[in-house]
Amino acid sequence: MNWILLLEQTLNGFQFGILLFLLAAGLTLIFGIMDLINLAHGSLYMMGAYFAATFTEWTDSFLLGALLALPACMLFGVILERIALKTLYTRSHLDQVLATFGLILFFNEFVRLIWGPIGLDIPLPELLSGSVELFFGIRYPAFRLVIIAVGILVAFLLYLLVSKTRIGMLIRAGASNRQMVSALGVNINLLYTIVFGLGAALAGLAGMMAAPIMTVEIGMGEGILIITFVVIVIGGVGSIKGAFVAALIVGFIDTVGRSFLPDILGLFVSNDVADTAAPAISSMLIYILMALILAIKPQGLFPPKGT
Amino acid sequence: MRLGILGTLSLALMLISQVALAETVRIGFVTTLTGGAGAIGNDMRDAVELALDHLGRKMGDSDVKMFYEDDTFKPAVGKQKTEKLVKKDKVHFVTGYIWSHVLMASRNSAVGKGPFMITSNAGPGAVAGKLCHEDFFSTSWQNDQTTMAMGEVLNQLGIKNLYIMAPNYSAGKSMVIGVSRTFKGKIIGKDMTKFPAQLDFSAELAKIRAAKPDAVFVFYPGKHGLQFFKQYSQAGLKDEIPLYSAFTVDSLSLPRLKDLALGSLMTQFWAPDLDNAANKRFVADYRKKTGRYPTFYAAQSYDTIMLINSAVTAVGGDLSNKDGMRNAMRKANFPSIRGPFKYGNNHFPIQNFYLRKVVKDAEGNYTTSIVKTVYTNHQDPYAKDCKMSW
Repeated sequence: MNWILLLEQTLNGFQFGILLFLLAAGLTLIFGIMDLINLAHGSLYMMGAYFAATFTEWTDSFLLGALLALPACMLFGVILERIALKTLYTRSHLDQVLATFGLILFFNEFVRLIWGPIGLDIPLPELLSGSVELFFGIRYPAFRLVIIAVGILVAFLLYLLVSKTRIGMLIRAGASNRQMVSALGVNINLLYTIVFGLGAALAGLAGMMAAPIMTVEIGMGEGILIITFVVIVIGGVGSIKGAFVAALIVGFIDTVGRSFLPDILGLFVSNDVADTAAPAISSMLIYILMALILAIKPQGLFPPKGT
Repeated sequence: MRLGILGTLSLALMLISQVALAETVRIGFVTTLTGGAGAIGNDMRDAVELALDHLGRKMGDSDVKMFYEDDTFKPAVGKQKTEKLVKKDKVHFVTGYIWSHVLMASRNSAVGKGPFMITSNAGPGAVAGKLCHEDFFSTSWQNDQTTMAMGEVLNQLGIKNLYIMAPNYSAGKSMVIGVSRTFKGKIIGKDMTKFPAQLDFSAELAKIRAAKPDAVFVFYPGKHGLQFFKQYSQAGLKDEIPLYSAFTVDSLSLPRLKDLALGSLMTQFWAPDLDNAANKRFVADYRKKTGRYPTFYAAQSYDTIMLINSAVTAVGGDLSNKDGMRNAMRKANFPSIRGPFKYGNNHFPIQNFYLRKVVKDAEGNYTTSIVKTVYTNHQDPYAKDCKMSW
């Protein structure tokens, strides 16, 4: 076993997990508190990336671009919630799925009209575009370290927001018992708008963080959304802590599975079989994990209290 | 006398109906027009329209009607669209097809059902070999060929240890088989990634770094190629291990990759600077029309329309004469952007393959230029499995 490779893959898994957490935190809040299945969460991720790309081009600085894109995403989320989503709260989950799926198609075409079909790129500052030497001679892409740092910072801020502030108290209360919160005279509409805006900003942040590694493309949020749903199911719907832990687990299993499964399988079966089977099995691993968790703890690892 | 009048009348009627029968040529074009890969389909459509412009929107005396369909990058959708084109629109030619898995799913809905099927890109081994068919043609290549040429290039460069990465779908597998056919060194690592879902290659790049190969070879078409090159550079591997590719860097990704791809080497059957009259006209007019260099997808699509034109004009617009059109197409008698070529018994081109390099043109645009010819008149290895002869 190559320990440096294992360490590097652990870092990769951690970085992927952090990215998933940014998406999952918003999705789990929206699902848990507003009881809204928002398939268009991936579109918010895409919008974050497009906003950041555009602002970066205007300001010539990725940092400024990202700082401008963050409030833009939040505003975008608030407008979306006010115009389109608030009519869906009383409808069934199936209606919500249909409507938000329609939103995905709408946003994909919207982006094509405004930014064109080819996609954009976010150039990174010189400092972040290469790799840096870490301990034990591990070389790691600088920007992926930034993602990890930003993710940990956001997790910490979310923890402060949710557990130490009044709005956080309402969010927690909303996650455990929605009717009771509105019965107590809390302006639930305002709470919903705030939660959705926050979720949109987090999704947008994930999009901006992913954009320089990958590219800004139409439909970029659709693939990752499925994994994000897996994360919130594993973590427990409505729980930020659950989202954090589950995102790291899923990120780690996915990355390490992809990396080592062909070798591990190769010990038991012929190399040809391992080559064909390994990609298939490694892409199933997180779903197998989800099925196991659902069998053992149907509420997920950390369900909000009272549900 | 009366009989004579009747005879003249019927002759006149026949002549009239002959003129009226100059039937409109209906061409279906299945490609990807939405989503991240939509830019490729867009490029192909631009090339088809340019070809029709060059033909004066007519093939001989016949009008042409195009039916563009979006496969949304999904085999099931591609098959549905193909069925719709064949059954409802009753097209005479069904063409396009970027992706091998979409082509394989769609093939049986078109081949043997009436129209000719012409692939404008995808070239899985099966349709060139055992499944070859008298109604199936290609204006591109068979998947293995381009990477077989790359294997030769790697041998010439003295590469001993190679690491390969490709997406895990039919074309990805063909490309890997292709390079393994000719590469004489050792393949010390191989990763087949989930397609099209996987866009982050961090885990595989870490393995490459640990494996320390002499060179890396990848096949990542469309947006995946763009992302692979970016991440390869961000991981600091660009200056450490040389990267070779096939179908990964194209005219859509080059304006975005810029210096990340400069000097990068790949093999291909064509390049924008390939020196022949048809290609010069195509590239110049395409750039005038779109402001972009054409991709190889565009070049092949242009040839698809020209091939159809050669068939339609050979039979004087009589689209019921399928044998006549087939015989005309087998001659490959049209000004191809790759220069003159011949069809093999399996209806795949026997053609040259070149080594191309990413360069900057006089105006500072990024494009590719031919370094040397790797294969002359190369035929794909599946042709021998094709029972067809003519």
